[in-house]
Amino acid sequence: MENILYPLIGGVLIGLSSSTMLAGIGRITGISGIFSSLLSKPKKENSWQYAFLLGLLGGGMIMLFIRPELFNYGGNFHPLQAAIAGLLVGFGTRLGSGCTSGHGVCGLARLSQRSFVATLIFMGFGILTVFIRKTLWGI
Amino acid sequence: MGNLISFITGVVFAVGLVISGMTNPNVVTGFLNIFGEWNYALVFVMGGAVGTNLILFSLIKKREKPFSGAQFHWPTLKHVDQKLILGSALFGIGWGILGVCPGPGIVNLVTLETPFLIFVGSMVVGMFIFKLAFQGKKS
Repeated sequence: MENILYPLIGGVLIGLSSSTMLAGIGRITGISGIFSSLLSKPKKENSWQYAFLLGLLGGGMIMLFIRPELFNYGGNFHPLQAAIAGLLVGFGTRLGSGCTSGHGVCGLARLSQRSFVATLIFMGFGILTVFIRKTLWGI
Repeated sequence: MGNLISFITGVVFAVGLVISGMTNPNVVTGFLNIFGEWNYALVFVMGGAVGTNLILFSLIKKREKPFSGAQFHWPTLKHVDQKLILGSALFGIGWGILGVCPGPGIVNLVTLETPFLIFVGSMVVGMFIFKLAFQGKKS
């Protein structure tokens, strides 16, 4: 029960957060788009994005302080693995206009056809990639 | 006021990500590993988040404007195109390689662990390459 309770509570918090963003300031919580604002010159109209990113780090720090064990992943990740993953995630989310939060969490709830297609595709390719990872390299 | 809402939203989003297990690359990889030992827990994260938003978004949509701010900023693109498909596929591959998408990547910066620093750094590079390639077409 506990192994689905925490995912469910976490998911509801993510939902409440993105709904608060929409109701509060009328914005979609798309993290790849929000993060990409850092690539442009600082602008006053982007300040909500900087505030959100600071909030993400703040929330992370709070959790690291009160539940540090949740950050013990015990995995060995190769630096090259992280570098290639980051490149593809960065380029792909910009080309596809969104990631798990914008297309998945918000887009599906908006009943957006684009987000529905995007979510199916990134889930599908994620599954395929993990299959190849496990089969070929066993990692 | 808007920035405060956005900051708090970021904090709650990050707490949700950590509690749910989304920040743990091994949990995400286990979720995408449907042909192996599938860890279905993250179904409840998506279910909780999308379910919450389905209800709340439908209520928010009835409002003429957000509580703080002049208008809603709904995504304007409506049609599935090649960029959406290719971008989502590349993102999915990157997601599967490490088990990290943008939100969890940013939250994991607080651990100061090398793989996450590399991941977010590469994500910036990937987004920058997109910006160079499509400069002028999209800001």
